[in-house]
Amino acid sequence: MYFESFAEFIQMGKHGHYVWSAYGISIGLVIGLVLQLRARRRQVLTMIRQQIRRDAPPPTDG
Amino acid sequence: MWQWLKQFYHRMGSPKTFYYLSGKMLPVCTGLSLLGLLVGMVWGLAFAPADYQQGNSFRIIYIHVPAAGLAMLIYASMAVSGVVWLVWKMKMADIVTQCCAPVGAVFTAIALLTGGIWGKPTWGTYWVWDARLTSMLILLFLYIGVIALGQSIPNLVARGKAMALLSIVGAVNLPIIKYSVEWWNTLHQPATFTMTEKPAMPSEMWLPLLVMMLSCYLFAAVLVMTSARSEVLFRERNKQWVQEEVSNVL
Repeated sequence: MYFESFAEFIQMGKHGHYVWSAYGISIGLVIGLVLQLRARRRQVLTMIRQQIRRDAPPPTDG
Repeated sequence: MWQWLKQFYHRMGSPKTFYYLSGKMLPVCTGLSLLGLLVGMVWGLAFAPADYQQGNSFRIIYIHVPAAGLAMLIYASMAVSGVVWLVWKMKMADIVTQCCAPVGAVFTAIALLTGGIWGKPTWGTYWVWDARLTSMLILLFLYIGVIALGQSIPNLVARGKAMALLSIVGAVNLPIIKYSVEWWNTLHQPATFTMTEKPAMPSEMWLPLLVMMLSCYLFAAVLVMTSARSEVLFRERNKQWVQEEVSNVL
């Protein structure tokens, strides 16, 4: 560990807000992208399921 | 080895094979990249020594350099798959170009934003219109252009051609970005890693950077693969294998 204490680690000399905001923004952007990719996968799956149901032959009575 | 690579490349050209193989590779790649990202970040943030001139602000390097590298590498991949699609009409190449664009745009934005934040304590300003920064901003606009083309043209073939062409033409920006720090006077420092020389920093500083770069590259591959898998299902939605596959994951 380079830092003496946890408070020092958070402060990072006088550069704490630069370092943490850079990491925060980057992680936020990547999480946003991951959520978008996941939503797209669900959207495609739902669409294909509806299509399968639509194409299925209607149930016969009796 | 060459034969094996060639065979692998041809098999991955088939959307169905790509879907099954990537499904097998994804869990391992995701796990490895997330583990690497965690190790690299903790190492870089808490264990690497501070820079004697820049202090702790230099720790931004552990995201900035991998993101900037990816921004260029992903664009280069788009240009290459653009050529492959235009010349050989390989379906997967078109999907790769389309799915690379949003991932590349996010990493370009990260490189620009973290660079600006790092610039403030180091240069005294968030932004200067110098060669490196401006050419990176142009790269972001190129990515946005490819994304916009992908969303605005409904016809698959016309869309593929437009995206491939913009990717290929835009690739002239890549050497400009790479050599901008040598061709022009710029505030930006030259490359941290080069093929020929040892890094100018001690190993306690560049080892975590190497870990971060490898993990970020692998993670970006995971993102592109995930996106491409959705796109394969969407484009092949009328094929029987897709309908069987989707019924199975219910």
